Amino acid sequence: MSTDTAPAPGAAPPASDERLREVSRVSRLLSRPELGAVVGAVLVWVFFAIVAYDNNFVSWATTAAIFNRAAPLGILAIAVALLMIGGEFDLSIGSIVGFAGMTIMVLSFPSDGGGFGWSLWPAILAALIVALAIGWFNGFLVITTKLPSFIITLATLFIFRGLTIALTRLRTNRTQLGNLDEVEGFALADTLFASQFEIFGARFRVAILWWIGLALVATWVLLRTRQGNWIFGAGGDANAARSVGVPVNKVKIALFMTTAFAGFLVALIQAVQFTGADTLRGFQQEFEAIIAVVVGGTLLTGGYGSAIGALFGALIFAMVQQGIIITGVDGDWFQVFVGTVLVVAVIFNNFVRQKAAQR
Amino acid sequence: MSGNGTPLLEIQNVSKYFGSVIALEDVSAFVRAGEVTCLLGDNGAGKSTLIKVLSGVHKPTKGKYFFDGKEYNFSSPRDALELGIATVYQDLAMIPLMSVWRNFFLGSEPTKGWGPFRSYDSEFAKRTTKEEMAKMGIDIRDPDQTVGTLSGGERQSVAIARAVYFGAKVLILDEPTAALGVKQAGVVLKYILQARNRGIGVIFITHNPHHAYPVADHFVILRRGMVYGDYTKAELPLEQLVQMMAGGADLEVLQHELEQASREGGEEAEALAETAQAIESELDELEEKGND
Repeated sequence: MSTDTAPAPGAAPPASDERLREVSRVSRLLSRPELGAVVGAVLVWVFFAIVAYDNNFVSWATTAAIFNRAAPLGILAIAVALLMIGGEFDLSIGSIVGFAGMTIMVLSFPSDGGGFGWSLWPAILAALIVALAIGWFNGFLVITTKLPSFIITLATLFIFRGLTIALTRLRTNRTQLGNLDEVEGFALADTLFASQFEIFGARFRVAILWWIGLALVATWVLLRTRQGNWIFGAGGDANAARSVGVPVNKVKIALFMTTAFAGFLVALIQAVQFTGADTLRGFQQEFEAIIAVVVGGTLLTGGYGSAIGALFGALIFAMVQQGIIITGVDGDWFQVFVGTVLVVAVIFNNFVRQKAAQR
Repeated sequence: MSGNGTPLLEIQNVSKYFGSVIALEDVSAFVRAGEVTCLLGDNGAGKSTLIKVLSGVHKPTKGKYFFDGKEYNFSSPRDALELGIATVYQDLAMIPLMSVWRNFFLGSEPTKGWGPFRSYDSEFAKRTTKEEMAKMGIDIRDPDQTVGTLSGGERQSVAIARAVYFGAKVLILDEPTAALGVKQAGVVLKYILQARNRGIGVIFITHNPHHAYPVADHFVILRRGMVYGDYTKAELPLEQLVQMMAGGADLEVLQHELEQASREGGEEAEALAETAQAIESELDELEEKGND
């Protein structure tokens, strides 16, 4: 039962098969889950490039603004994509952003203000551990109760948002904490999580690198590791996967911990960037992340999807947001637009997938 | 290949109770290497429970389990699998949204590289999938094809090929032909013979005597959780097997009704019977080849 590579001696070159139609590169490309999001991103960009040309949409400054906006959402979306491919939901990720952010702030806040006066890095490490513990807790509850993760994480959404507000107020009597830049260790954190770099005079945030790096790692894991195969298997049919020895429960718990990690990372980036945090940070971001993932071509029912798709899904979301801001359209219409994009994207994705299945 | 060798897998006087329910009572059965043992039984006869005992999911309440002459007491299906006792379930065989090669190696992925850069060797997986399927006489067109695009019989065949590749010594097949059409079932029966000819002991569970008869060396008939009969093929003509399956008198009534219906059905029924016969003779041929 060797699972290690032992290239078969004199493996014959793949003989051509008369029943195999030569499938063009184009139609192979069509069968990729992220295709819809890539095409969608181009279409949305072209739309705003025409509509908002006079508002300077086609510029490095706007491009930077879009990417800066997409990065935090994209980080969440990529982790959520992995989890959804694995067949589960996480509605609590926005609350994890809030909880992890306030953990960093309360621990590092001066003790005369009700904080603990820690230096920054121990506080960051503590927030990481707390976030991973929440992720594990979500996964553990889903596995042991066998309830849908939708219900479990809907519950933890409220529990951890409530805890964030209650504990912060109990300890500090406030709902907003600032002055993180005065805490020891801030300089390094600022370089790593909130610095900016300049391309063609526009300022891009370092979070973009985290976002793209995470997308590449996630894609590699999904397509090129055995754990990736397990994620597809667990989401495609958990019982079937279990029967061939995939540790489905461990995979799912690891995925919940991954989304929690993404929540922590976004909390950290935002806390450093704004030198503070708010108990409402991350509010409703779970829905935005799920939208980005679904627009990115991942199936709600699991077993199919991609991290690159989620990256483009977040990009579309940010383009729409930025496009609406700079065209000066009343921001009240933003949610209408997002909802419409969501429905259109899902219909389009289903259409593409059916085409791909018939190839 | 068939002979009077010692059984590869054997259960002796196994009983399984769930609370007050007696699911199995005093069941004994065995399979030898290179033989097919058929477990037959109507719905509710205890087939499912017996499969689960054989594959290590359930521990028997009483009785003994032998593999290769040694007694075992499995705590999970994983233990059985490690010994080479592979079970292919009818419904849990494959994941439709995944490609054939990803399915083939799911749970036992080949890897290359080291440490954090260890990756799934997809080239090896694709090539091996195609080769292994070819060895079983199945020619898959494109290993990148999703399993959802395969027919039911092809899916079962992939699952059987997979179990054989991963070193199965005993193959337990849970009603692999139940949901299939006549021709498709014939294809799967062919692979059962192929697996047998490669020296694997096959336990083939079915409620269809017509599927069982052409491939089996040995029949164990279950009824109401007990062994109702245990025969070699030589001892048991097909008609008798059919009769035993449903239980004498009930069947005669049914047969009578069927004849009535087929007379009314006329040509259609005749055509069906011909198809069935053609497949059976094809299988007989194959079997003769296998016995050479």
